[in-house]
Amino acid sequence: MLKRLLSAAAIAAAALPMAAGAATGGTKPLKDKEWSWEGPFGRYDKPQLQRGFQVYREVCANCHSLKLVAFRHLGEKGGPFYVEECPEELGLGESTDCSVPSQNPIIKSLAAEYTITDGPDEFGDMFERPGLPADYFPSPYANVQQATAANGGAYPPDQSLIAKARPHGPDYIYSLLTGYPDGELNTIEVPPGNYYNPYYPGDTLGLMKEEYLDEEGHLLEDKIREDEKEGYVSKEGYIYGGAFKMAPPLSDGIVTYEDGSPETVSQYAEDVTAFLQWAAEPKLEERKGMGTYVMAYLFIFAGVTYASYRQVWRNVEK
Amino acid sequence: MSHESTYVPSTGIEKWIDERLPIIRLGYDSFVDFPTPKNLNYWYTFGGILAICLMVQIVTGVVLAMHYTAHTSLAFQSVEEIMRDVNYGWLMRYTHANGASMFFIAVYAHIARGLYYGSYKEPREILWILGVVIFLLMMATAFMGYVLPWGQMSFWGATVITSLFSAIPVIGDPIKTLLWGGFSVDNPTLNRFYALHYLLPFLIAGAVILHIWALHVPGNNNPSGVEVKDVKKDTVPFHPYYTVKDGFAIVVFLLLFATFVFYMPNALGHPDNYIEADPLVTPAHIVPEWYFLPFYAMLRAIDFNFLFINSKLGGVIVMFGSILIWFVLPWLDRSKVRSMRYRPIAKQFFFLLMISFFALGYLGAMPAEGIYVALAKGFTLYYFAYFLVILPVLSVTETPLPLPKSISEAVLADKNQKGKAKSPAPITGGAQPSPAE
Repeated sequence: MLKRLLSAAAIAAAALPMAAGAATGGTKPLKDKEWSWEGPFGRYDKPQLQRGFQVYREVCANCHSLKLVAFRHLGEKGGPFYVEECPEELGLGESTDCSVPSQNPIIKSLAAEYTITDGPDEFGDMFERPGLPADYFPSPYANVQQATAANGGAYPPDQSLIAKARPHGPDYIYSLLTGYPDGELNTIEVPPGNYYNPYYPGDTLGLMKEEYLDEEGHLLEDKIREDEKEGYVSKEGYIYGGAFKMAPPLSDGIVTYEDGSPETVSQYAEDVTAFLQWAAEPKLEERKGMGTYVMAYLFIFAGVTYASYRQVWRNVEK
Repeated sequence: MSHESTYVPSTGIEKWIDERLPIIRLGYDSFVDFPTPKNLNYWYTFGGILAICLMVQIVTGVVLAMHYTAHTSLAFQSVEEIMRDVNYGWLMRYTHANGASMFFIAVYAHIARGLYYGSYKEPREILWILGVVIFLLMMATAFMGYVLPWGQMSFWGATVITSLFSAIPVIGDPIKTLLWGGFSVDNPTLNRFYALHYLLPFLIAGAVILHIWALHVPGNNNPSGVEVKDVKKDTVPFHPYYTVKDGFAIVVFLLLFATFVFYMPNALGHPDNYIEADPLVTPAHIVPEWYFLPFYAMLRAIDFNFLFINSKLGGVIVMFGSILIWFVLPWLDRSKVRSMRYRPIAKQFFFLLMISFFALGYLGAMPAEGIYVALAKGFTLYYFAYFLVILPVLSVTETPLPLPKSISEAVLADKNQKGKAKSPAPITGGAQPSPAE
């Protein structure tokens, strides 16, 4: 039956790929942030990645998994805890190469702070042990169903690729995290357990208070514009965004930074966005670094080829 | 152009080989001493570029296949492992994914060039038909390749496109079931798509060999559309003249390619494909890859029933028909003049066709509603009218401009005109054939 439903859905999808969603408009235009990794020579800001990881670990990881990232990834080139050489004060022997993630002391101790379920052992029992650099980040819930049940019926999506899995991912994450309104909006009523955000691609039509709809259910645009706070009403008169199950996760001072960076929502959001961008695209620095050489090579090669072309063709009437 | 072989084995080994398998002779006659019109412009470099694209796709694809797992529960993860843990895996995958787009950019330019300069006309009909076959194989390969990462767009794109087959009366449903290997897009679908995705490129390679063979019998067409009259005056040997010109174009093309791979590797993809396939969650917009958008727009433009043909079947017929019509193009356009340079009226309709195709590409990405569908209908109508009405009618009614007597005369005329254009003398615009470079 399910399969039949699915194929019916597929055919419907083929016939009208997007009938839904058109009526209620869209989200607020994203905040266009400048990120350190943008542009051909953009790179990650390592201290920022470390702070972002701290925010992920202390806040996001309570609900969101990071299944595709292993501890060792954090110590790879371009990662937040990569070190070229072992810090001298640790007095590690010469045989230790800290640029190798499995020997990096930060990665080793970080992994050991996690408890990993392993097994079965020789008696067939599962057992718990401290994490190793090769282990992947354990998920906060045992499975999707448990995660969904614990979060009001919405599965908190895995964050490994979230920065690439949303249009303009980094700007979206940053906007969403910093976009929750102070206090309630005047024109909509959000059901308990749901949270409104102007950047969330949802539907606000169903949230409108009755007095802002006419008898046929159309928006009373002028009244909405008059009553609503600035920045939440679109040109067309609908309320941006939608409501979803994630409560505002960040508040000022919730994470204590050791490097003296401001402990504000905006700073946290920026940092964790950088971390999530790294998690989605860990080879970015390697890629752009190689790109520089490839482009330089091709430019020179193009010049040489063009000169040869002119030389070869110099006597041909064309 | 087929010509007497001028290959002379210069060493004992070459002579020995030549008497047994004259493969060096074949290469020499085809790619070294092959007489090529001397007036080919950069639009003629896309053939070589496409050969490079095919090689890049096969090499990166074979490496990816060594690390990829074709199973619904592992495919998405295995792709991410390629991105994260395989040495230079990110390079292989981004090159392969963007390589598909580059391949289509080049093939569209190549086809447009053939349409403009009348390269499909006698005696190059089979050459053209083989090109259409290659294009169809490319589309099938690209479509199945896009399914392999098993993201949301992979899954839903596969579902939508394979469901189209069920529109065919009587045999539609069995075909769909056969494609799926079951009753929905699932593991058997992924497995057979993987097998076919690996197989088809080699069929493409085979068709490319035939395509080059069919090119080398009549020889290249050229921007003047006039056949070679005097090999000495009109042609140059392929090597070094065109190896270096194609080589330069290939390097410039690689610059574009590298810009995408290294600096914007996901710009041409859809973010939803970084979400693992979920049969229970339909994405808000199911959009194919950009290179299918014009045809997708034509599919969706047919939202009405026509006689006994319902809108779904109608859309499928129009979509596939838009390419199948190319097979008979050499017999629809009866004009003896090949190049649009000398066809002042047809040329304008040609540029309208280009505009329509781009417009359809844009409309394919827009929601299928209101003005978008109306516009798509108009452009689809024009697309078919160009092939079925405009070209056949113009073959009879149009008076072409006087043709140059030979390629070398065309070259001289071009040169004089360029000289004139530089001088401050007033230019009489309009009727003059403008070089399309």
